[in-house]
Amino acid sequence: MQTIDLSELGLREVNKMLHAQAADTNQTSWTIENAKGSHAIACGLDAPIEVTVKGSTGYYCGGMNQQATINIDGSAGPGTGENIMSGKIVIEGDASQYLGATGHGGLIVVKGNASSRCGISMKGVNIVVQGNIGHMSAFMGQSGNLVVCGDAGEALGDSCYEARFFVRGSVKSLGADCEKKEMRPEHIEILQGLLDEAGFDADPSEFTRYGSARTLYNFDVDNAGAY
Amino acid sequence: MTDNKIPTTTPRQSATFSADVNSDIRRAAATGIYDIRGGGAKRKVPSFDDLLFMGASISRYPLEGYREKCETSVTIGGLHASNPIELDIPITIAGMSFGALSGPAKEALGRGASMAGTSTTTGDGGMTQEERGHSDKLVYQYLPSRYGMNPDDLRKADAIEIVVGQGAKPGGGGMLLGQKISDRVAHMRNLPKGIDQRSACRHPDWTGPDDLEIKILELREITGWKVPIYVKVAGARPYYDVTLAIKAGADAIVLDGMQGGTAATQDVFIEHVGQPTLAIIRPAVQALQDLGMHRKVQLILSGGIRSGADVAKAMALGADAVAIGTAALIALGDNDPKYEAEYNKLGTTAGAYDDWHEGRDPAGITTQDPELMARFDPIEGGRRLRNYLKVMTLEAQTIARACGKNHLHNLEPEDLVALTMEAAAMAKVPLCGTDWYPGKPGTGY
Repeated sequence: MQTIDLSELGLREVNKMLHAQAADTNQTSWTIENAKGSHAIACGLDAPIEVTVKGSTGYYCGGMNQQATINIDGSAGPGTGENIMSGKIVIEGDASQYLGATGHGGLIVVKGNASSRCGISMKGVNIVVQGNIGHMSAFMGQSGNLVVCGDAGEALGDSCYEARFFVRGSVKSLGADCEKKEMRPEHIEILQGLLDEAGFDADPSEFTRYGSARTLYNFDVDNAGAY
Repeated sequence: MTDNKIPTTTPRQSATFSADVNSDIRRAAATGIYDIRGGGAKRKVPSFDDLLFMGASISRYPLEGYREKCETSVTIGGLHASNPIELDIPITIAGMSFGALSGPAKEALGRGASMAGTSTTTGDGGMTQEERGHSDKLVYQYLPSRYGMNPDDLRKADAIEIVVGQGAKPGGGGMLLGQKISDRVAHMRNLPKGIDQRSACRHPDWTGPDDLEIKILELREITGWKVPIYVKVAGARPYYDVTLAIKAGADAIVLDGMQGGTAATQDVFIEHVGQPTLAIIRPAVQALQDLGMHRKVQLILSGGIRSGADVAKAMALGADAVAIGTAALIALGDNDPKYEAEYNKLGTTAGAYDDWHEGRDPAGITTQDPELMARFDPIEGGRRLRNYLKVMTLEAQTIARACGKNHLHNLEPEDLVALTMEAAAMAKVPLCGTDWYPGKPGTGY
């Protein structure tokens, strides 16, 4: 276990150290102390290492992550895990806006709540939130799964493409072109897998699936008001 | 019996309801859809054509054209990046997407730019192998849609350009219509084939200058502070936009006027939103000077740059470099009259063809159709672009020497006069034959 103090070393040195880890590194376990809300902690990682950040983080922690597992032992600031490609980010507290924005792959787990625009423009990432999510979540979501064990805010899935949304609680309102969908066995299976991976004990049958009505896929003047 | 015929007036067309306007109304009434097209503003706006260089005389002496050097190199992004971009010529290739352009067209841009010693730029849709492989210096655009965005490509880039806006549509997103979404384009953008791909107008994970500063920090951390970070803004509010981009930590600013092209957007957006390139350069340079950052943070001007004269004028007004998009496509063969018969079949004529989004480009450049694409030879295209870039450079050098300058960067506003009041006011150089321009301090106007 490598323990590094962010306030002592500074962001550049900490990230440099983590970026230097090769695919076959033996130093697979790292702890970063004194995060104190700093931005861009552990962004751009590309090695199968596990990094635990003590304290809350600022913007873009774990941004563009590849392979690594990042645990945030606190709450996470805006854009955490943006454009994540693979690996896993686990947030013990709450997550601020734009969680996992444009993420292409990997898994993000939030044990608290996630704020607005959670999963905006998601392109393959899976996001599992134990609590609630805010408004405009998964706006323009292209693919991947967003699982919400609590409630979703206004305009869920606005202008979405092929991303799937599973919500256990209420949805304040659906965004343009987002509709309630049938929960088929394959969806139960996907959902169960994600809940297991996140370590959340919830019954998939209690969830409702939402997704694109696909009416905005090719421009039609009669839908102009919805664009 | 005398002829008592009453005289009649000749039929009179309305200036307000001209034939063009009426055709727009009829088209709208028939289709219910606004007109979408490619390119930049087609209306006439004050431009670099309204400026002239005075040249040398007794008070200034020229350099000998064939004997005395006139340097053209430029370094971009040395402020924070350990590997700034070194270019032989100050004319770069602007961002154009794979998707809007074919793979071979992107390859040709890379080939031509590399032979001429300059950079090319990706676009919405990510980086292609053709482009990376054939571009010595490749600028990777970081766009609101983040289509095709991935950290592996980001790390392969020689510079990163955060796109906030473009001149053709300040404040607008984009739409790549379904007909251009081939399997490859769809795969790169993580979307199903054949559907319209809407590009967002705002970045998904930051809003405003304070966030931008943090976004720049993140990109620098991911790329190890090696490559320059450019910020591209449209010609909207150049003084404030440039000020805020510098404050956010940009290494270079790309400033795009309304003549700058787009792959596709609403005609009403292209023609009615944004400012002419001539109008935006002085406020941008003023912002750089007010912050003590002129020549430290480089200014790359784009939007309707066509010739060495345009390059020289942009640089005289304070730009460090320019970028070309539409002009580069024309050099490759876009809108070539040799395809006139085919343009006619599409209901247009060579020079006016702008339905790039429909993907039926006879020149095989703005298309994903394999048959049309095959008409375009990337090696020949690259050579043509190289030639054009060389000619533009020679033209700019010719002017600079005539003004007594041994580097294009030494051109200055004092070398210029304006032909019109409007151009004088925008460029802040005297109207020909006077020592005055509208708004000149101390003149009361």
